[in-house]
Amino acid sequence: MRVDPVLLAATEPGSQPIHYAAASGVFSLSWLVIVLPLAGAAVLLLGGRRTDRVGHIIGTLTAAASFVLGLVLFATLLGRDGDDRALSQHLYSWIPVNGFGVDVGLLVDQLSIVFVLLITGVGTLIHIYSIGYMAHDPNRRKFFAYMNLFLASMLLLVLGNNFLSLYAGWELVGLSSYLLIKFWEDRPAAATAANKAFYMNRVGDVGLALAIMFMFATVGSTSYADVFGAAAAGVIGYGTLTAIALLLLLGACGKSGQFPLQAWLPDAMEGPTPISALIHAATMVTAGVYLIVRDGPIFDGTQAARTVVVIIGAATILIGCVIGCAYDDIKKVLAYSTVSQIGYMFLAVGLGPAGYALGIMHLVAHGFFKAGLFLGAGSVIHGMDDDQDLRHYGGLWRYMPITWVTFGLGYLAIIGFPGLSGFFTKDRIIETAFDKGGTSGYLLGSIALLGAGITAFYMTRLFLMTFHGKPRWSSEGPAAKHPHESPVSMTGPMVVLAVGSVFAGGLFVLGHSLQDWLEPVAGTGVEGVHTFSPVVLTLLTLVVTAGGFAGAYLRYQLRPVESVARPDTEVSLVTFAARHDLFANTFNETVAMRPGQYLTRFLVWLDLVGIDGLVRGSAAAIGGLSGRMRRLQTGFVRSYALSMLGGAVLVVGALLLVRAG
Amino acid sequence: MNTVPWLTILLIVPAAAAVVVAALPRRHATLAKQLTLAVTLAVLVLAVIATFAYDPDKAGFQFGQSYDWISTFGISYSVGADGISLVLMLLAALLVPVVVLSSWDEVDGGGAGGGRVPAPTVAPDRGMPGGSVGDVGPVGDVEGIGPVGDVGGGAGGTTAVLAAPAPARPVTFPPVETRGEAETPGRRSVPAFFALLLALEAGMIGVFAATDVFLFYVFFEAMLIPMYFLIGSYGPVTEQAQRSYAAVKFLVYSLLGGLLMLAAVIGLYVVSADNLGHGTFDFATLRQMEITPGVQKLLFLGFFVAFAIKAPLFPFHTWLPDAGAQSPTGGAVLLVGVLDKVGTFGLIRYCIPLFPDGADYFAPMVLGLAVVGIFYGALLAIGQRDMKRLVAYTSLAHFGFIALGVFAFTSQAGTGAVLYMVNHGLSTGLLFLVVGFLVSRRGTRDVGAYGGLAKVTPVLAGVFLLAGLSSLALPGTNSFVSEFLVLVGTFTANKPLAIVATCGIVLAAIYVLYLYQRTMTGPIVHPDNKVLHDLSLREKLVVAPIVALIVALGVYPKPLLDIITPTVTATYADIGKSDPAPTHPAAAHPGAAHPGATQPVATQPGGHS
Amino acid sequence: MNPANYLILSALLFTIGTVGVLVRRNAIVVFMSIELMLNAVNLTLVTFSRINGTLDGQIMAFFVMVVAAAEVVIGLAIILSIFRTRRSASVDDVNLLKY
Repeated sequence: MRVDPVLLAATEPGSQPIHYAAASGVFSLSWLVIVLPLAGAAVLLLGGRRTDRVGHIIGTLTAAASFVLGLVLFATLLGRDGDDRALSQHLYSWIPVNGFGVDVGLLVDQLSIVFVLLITGVGTLIHIYSIGYMAHDPNRRKFFAYMNLFLASMLLLVLGNNFLSLYAGWELVGLSSYLLIKFWEDRPAAATAANKAFYMNRVGDVGLALAIMFMFATVGSTSYADVFGAAAAGVIGYGTLTAIALLLLLGACGKSGQFPLQAWLPDAMEGPTPISALIHAATMVTAGVYLIVRDGPIFDGTQAARTVVVIIGAATILIGCVIGCAYDDIKKVLAYSTVSQIGYMFLAVGLGPAGYALGIMHLVAHGFFKAGLFLGAGSVIHGMDDDQDLRHYGGLWRYMPITWVTFGLGYLAIIGFPGLSGFFTKDRIIETAFDKGGTSGYLLGSIALLGAGITAFYMTRLFLMTFHGKPRWSSEGPAAKHPHESPVSMTGPMVVLAVGSVFAGGLFVLGHSLQDWLEPVAGTGVEGVHTFSPVVLTLLTLVVTAGGFAGAYLRYQLRPVESVARPDTEVSLVTFAARHDLFANTFNETVAMRPGQYLTRFLVWLDLVGIDGLVRGSAAAIGGLSGRMRRLQTGFVRSYALSMLGGAVLVVGALLLVRAG
Repeated sequence: MNTVPWLTILLIVPAAAAVVVAALPRRHATLAKQLTLAVTLAVLVLAVIATFAYDPDKAGFQFGQSYDWISTFGISYSVGADGISLVLMLLAALLVPVVVLSSWDEVDGGGAGGGRVPAPTVAPDRGMPGGSVGDVGPVGDVEGIGPVGDVGGGAGGTTAVLAAPAPARPVTFPPVETRGEAETPGRRSVPAFFALLLALEAGMIGVFAATDVFLFYVFFEAMLIPMYFLIGSYGPVTEQAQRSYAAVKFLVYSLLGGLLMLAAVIGLYVVSADNLGHGTFDFATLRQMEITPGVQKLLFLGFFVAFAIKAPLFPFHTWLPDAGAQSPTGGAVLLVGVLDKVGTFGLIRYCIPLFPDGADYFAPMVLGLAVVGIFYGALLAIGQRDMKRLVAYTSLAHFGFIALGVFAFTSQAGTGAVLYMVNHGLSTGLLFLVVGFLVSRRGTRDVGAYGGLAKVTPVLAGVFLLAGLSSLALPGTNSFVSEFLVLVGTFTANKPLAIVATCGIVLAAIYVLYLYQRTMTGPIVHPDNKVLHDLSLREKLVVAPIVALIVALGVYPKPLLDIITPTVTATYADIGKSDPAPTHPAAAHPGAAHPGATQPVATQPGGHS
Repeated sequence: MNPANYLILSALLFTIGTVGVLVRRNAIVVFMSIELMLNAVNLTLVTFSRINGTLDGQIMAFFVMVVAAAEVVIGLAIILSIFRTRRSASVDDVNLLKY
């Protein structure tokens, strides 16, 4: 059991709560970070059609204002001492019931401010992008309202200073995600995908909710200060701690599309592309990583739960990679790529304090390059008249050069091209996995390494099939395509994100800047013995990546690509399985959905025939009985007289008996 | 301010208005509506003022009043309010004006089947004789009782109706055709409808205000009468047989429960006569009385079954979908929103304090039924095609949560359960209202007839979604607070049960969003749906206060919690139940960080491992 | 004279009346049997009045007589109208008043 030394230092034995400084000065305005986009959403939703003309402006301005405020907070934090950068603000008492006193409060610290900047920064860029992307949608105002709602929810998630605020944000981002996936609600596929996302997220939410209940039953509080204090002090039993950690992990898996709850994320690509970029790539789906890092003190106390985290991370890396190779839908490939990249983050944070900062680093870098990739994909889809099939692309670099360059930089970043962000962050994760030592270390490291190779393969495939090779579309005929570069409002954010993807990793890693910044929250990894020297490992990774690249180059650049995928009957079993999401959906349908449907039908029948049948049956029995009884009413006066006599005799007899007795 | 007899005023105003409105001639329909709305709004204002006059930190009943009624049997007219009953009275006072406004055109304008000739057999301006709730008699003669009796034909009519096949299938009674022809909207008396609503409001306030067990029983049964006529006489025009069936089923079910309760009430009186020397029905006195555990169990069952039917809990629920589907929309809102709360209210107000040993003994059974109900109701809701039945089944799941909270015996769960009663009234009330709006536009409750409405009626779809989200207890809406309190409170007392119940929230997501998906999203298949109009101003006014409250109570539930918590805490403390202390409590909160947190009821010092 | 004898007589008369009501079919005879039962009761009432030395029984007997007279009027009218429509005075021929 490894306990974070920083936290230990901050806590007295006997479970003292962690003490956060009270927010003052500019920090007492931190609630505005959340309220600004929320107010934007409220105005746009309540204002109705009246605000149609200004909807996108209000939405973007409130997001930008929130970002600026985040920057101010960040700058102010920079000016404070390293160990005095966690500020807690009590806003008001939310659910006060005897011992269960939940407040609404915010915690601005090194971890949350990183997320605030990522969320509002990428959020603002994507708002700007959406102005162009959604320009022709009659419901653009609603789109911006939902996006603002998402920003507010996500900010609540990362800024809350207790688990219930986090939970509120957690479910509200689920709602925003639901609303945005089904934004084009007249498409049945979109509505179904949105429902699926919400259901599967709810499964995860059950885990989170139960974890919070466990905490309350154990510690008597749901505030970070109390729970982490108790966890770090080691007063919570190992079993309880593991249960809490595993339940938290269930929540994290649901939100982050990790195995076994990954099936919703690819479907969520039914939503508009900016949403895929913002919610289903850069921010919301990484909330699971945030949850685990934030709950470091809990995971630090339970090796068992951590093992599960790395297993899930490693499994998801492979699942995402393998399926990513098989899809022809550009957004689905990117979605599975997201799944697998978050797998890397889970793997990192599952390795303990050594990996927390790495996970966050990869998260931020991924936020940049994956958002950029999605925006690029959006630009391509926009230019190709909403066609998303890779096999209908080809040679597009000539027609959309800015998209080509920005997308290319994002692509190089994700496969870990030396000097770009993915190179710094992903390599470090592979290295740390190997450093774990022992068989498990080798296994995890190999999986991560293999994942890097496959990532290079499928991303190269994507890139080449889209921008290079011979065009597989035609500018004439009924299905004519006229690919064109997107307007500035769309390319601008793409350029910014591309710059971010290039430099973010280096900025974070060189001089350990982000790692040092996060240290008070995430702790420092004990510098263990390197299994391989970093240089060897870096070279190894590069070789593997180059191998993946070469494979794809040989297959998709040097040989022509068919414009129609081969039918399922002609492909290998692996491809078949990958095309069918490794049967995840089939599994869910057979195990959960169909039995559920049968159960529901059976219960409806049971209720109607069984329970209500019992009720109606007893009514019918009484009715039938009275039907029989009335036959006694023969109408013959003399039989009435006889029964009267009998009755009278009975009464008299009874009276006499009682008298005699 | 506490000398003002708030409760009696709240009781008398709607009752008197009911008499006045009932006495209005039929042609003064508009006057009846306006008068009803004014009176119900006045009642709401009075209830709000009374809430401000209420002091949550004072123990026992407030605004108490007591006058001898039948002194031979120790029966008195006693009213009083505690935290639990006060918020429920507020809920009733809020929902009635909403319902009045939502039913504005339902009886006469409606549109559905308009243009028929009024039946000449009914004198158009038949006066109503005086009396409190008895004044509904003539309505019953004309429309309520008559058809019910006739459908079955003869003496066995009531049971024959009940024994009829489920109304989900086509029901073919010989008299239906002729009766259906005679039954036109024009025949329906508008003043009588609103008089019934007012009478119902008086009954609802009375049942919550009563502090005399016999008086409670009287109100408990009296509420049935207006509701019976609302279903039987003002249900769907075209479904004569089904609504008679539903009305009779509702009545017979409730009477059965009421009868058991009456037996238990009399039993309580006998026990009190034995124990105290003089029999009494006074709640406060009975509460202090020691009853032998064996007798407690019996009496508990008597009350419990009545409340379990009323609420309803799992195996006693089959009247609810029928009644919910066949009520006019306003009736359904009040039925599920408030009337059913009398059941859950009775559980925490009467079952637990009066029979602590009985409650203890039967708690596992009740908890089991509650959890079964959560899943059963949710699964059945998923399987429904009739939207009103669907909403009724969701309520079954919610009542499961409430019963769970009441019988978990922790102050958090209990407070959550009471808050849940209010929240459920709001969220399910809104859901019924929106479904009612849909049905009034399209004339069918079948989910399959809708689809893609979000495009044509965006505001309606938005409100529908919000109601649904509240129903699935999304944070930020009112229900989250109560549901989480119930679950967390249950968790501290009984982990396995809470874990199972928590899994029910997944099903809640499914029934809400699946319904939304089927009605609001996708392409518009049915041509009639292309021309639906969005919410009118009146309809917006109807939903606005509920929508506002749903959000407000989700973000800031403290005002209600402050009223409810002391009463609930006292209720459990009275029967010797205290909250389980955390196993490894965190050290005392640093005061500045948690000014709002109060100390736990039972804190065990130490407790370190 | 021993008052018990009157009671025995009254019991006998009542029994005869009862048997008459039960076994005879002719409505007139049934009717007369009922009268016999009524008068048997009257006799009992008067006897008890005598035994107890109060007038209650006598008064009750007057009531019975008045009721019996009224009953005769109505009963005979009903029998007569039945006889007119059915050409029969047998009670077994009229059983319309059933379920």
